[in-house]
Amino acid sequence: MISVTPNANTAEALDLANLTAEQTALEIRGLNLHYGEAQALFDIDMHIPKNRVTAFIGPSGCGKSTLLRCINRMNDLVEICRVKGEILLHDKNIYDKDVDVAELRRRVGMVFQRPNPFPKSIYENVVYGMRLQGVNDRRTLDEVVERSLKGAALWDEVKDRLNESAFGLSGGQQQRLVIARSIAIEPEVLLLDEPTSALDPISTLTIEELITELKSKYTVVIVTHNMQQAARVSDQTAFMYMGKLIEYADTNTLFTTPDKKQTEDYITGRYG
Amino acid sequence: MDKMNMSRHISGKFNEELEAVRNQVLNMGGLVEQQLRDSLHAIEKSDHELAEQILQRDYRINALEVQIDEACVQIIAKRQPAASDLRLVIAIFKTISDLERIGDEAERIARVALESFNNDQQHFLVSLENLGQQVLAMLHGVLDAFARMDLDSAYEVHQMDAQADRQYEALTRQLMTYMMEDPRGIPKVMNVLWSARSLERIGDRCQNIAEYIIFFVKGKDVRHVSPESMEQTVRGKRD
Repeated sequence: MISVTPNANTAEALDLANLTAEQTALEIRGLNLHYGEAQALFDIDMHIPKNRVTAFIGPSGCGKSTLLRCINRMNDLVEICRVKGEILLHDKNIYDKDVDVAELRRRVGMVFQRPNPFPKSIYENVVYGMRLQGVNDRRTLDEVVERSLKGAALWDEVKDRLNESAFGLSGGQQQRLVIARSIAIEPEVLLLDEPTSALDPISTLTIEELITELKSKYTVVIVTHNMQQAARVSDQTAFMYMGKLIEYADTNTLFTTPDKKQTEDYITGRYG
Repeated sequence: MDKMNMSRHISGKFNEELEAVRNQVLNMGGLVEQQLRDSLHAIEKSDHELAEQILQRDYRINALEVQIDEACVQIIAKRQPAASDLRLVIAIFKTISDLERIGDEAERIARVALESFNNDQQHFLVSLENLGQQVLAMLHGVLDAFARMDLDSAYEVHQMDAQADRQYEALTRQLMTYMMEDPRGIPKVMNVLWSARSLERIGDRCQNIAEYIIFFVKGKDVRHVSPESMEQTVRGKRD
């Protein structure tokens, strides 16, 4: 049969409410989050499928970044933050007491809005995580650098100046370097928190191209303010509003025929 | 217009652009309806002067089609419309293409009206009258449904096409009888038959437009689906 799918990058729609264990990378169950007295997330339930790109969209303050940060427990660093509910990674609740948070963050990598390379060489930035794990064998590290930089679509641009400072790279290159650093330690999940909002349009497209490639190896969760970006790169999209998950559907459906009026109003730029 | 939520965009400029293009479609629809009405009148009354006017006016419909196309392209390029906005632009794109073709069919009928029919042949033209009125009512109905993006009226027009088809078949049989009775009249009867064919095609195009309206309102493509599935779509609830 001839396929007429408009976007070859978009995977076939999954039944998000009935994912099998094999298809699931993360399962969020009854998640509630408070910052002091204020509740920021309300009863979030969702399955995030494996080897796909899931986007969280919504207006500022809707809780999308908060939810993303819950996935590798970045919110632990906020003192007044209390989390109730579960996030299962391979059937193990990441909020269980016996979870090693450093190990969790190795498995669930994160890239932030502004590129944050360390004040070191390009090479040392990539192998930073490996060195923390005690790996110092030069050959192993060389391999990791090449594999990670290729994976982040940066290798060709920097292979001749690996020992130069990472600060000499452009913003878009720095962001790809940070992605290379994240994938050097072979995470399972990659969290991207508005990864292109500080970048120019060309670098943005390079990163978007990269995201669609990354999903063959990793499960990608991205928070973005740019709705067209969510529409372009993600396979499924979650729309959040005031701390609640309003609608979670396959991206093609959500951007053409959303089920909820609130979603419709948001993606068409109307007053809520 | 509240149903379409058109005026609620955060960007006032976007509201204006969408509203402007929608108004142009309504203008174009009005022109096309006038052309069809006049062509039916011209053929019925053998009004050659009116038929000439119809031929001269067709360029205005074509020009509007090009203009609206251009406006839609601009909106897509600049606004990247999503969801109902996107469906509206797509529905407009398709609607105007059908409207333009309806204009062409009206022009074709006007050309037949320019022919001279003798008194014996006048009754051929009378037979067109019923089908003409049915199709005109469909066009009027579907334009009205478009103006209000009204699902029920669109569905009603869609259902009317079956009757137009039956009338067309009856008319064809009648015209064939004429041809058999008097082969010398065949060239004239053929002209009438082409007009009947044009009217039947206009009915189909109105049906298409009704489908675009349903697509806009419901977000479901109802082309080439069974009548049951179409009815289910139209009656189905959406919050």
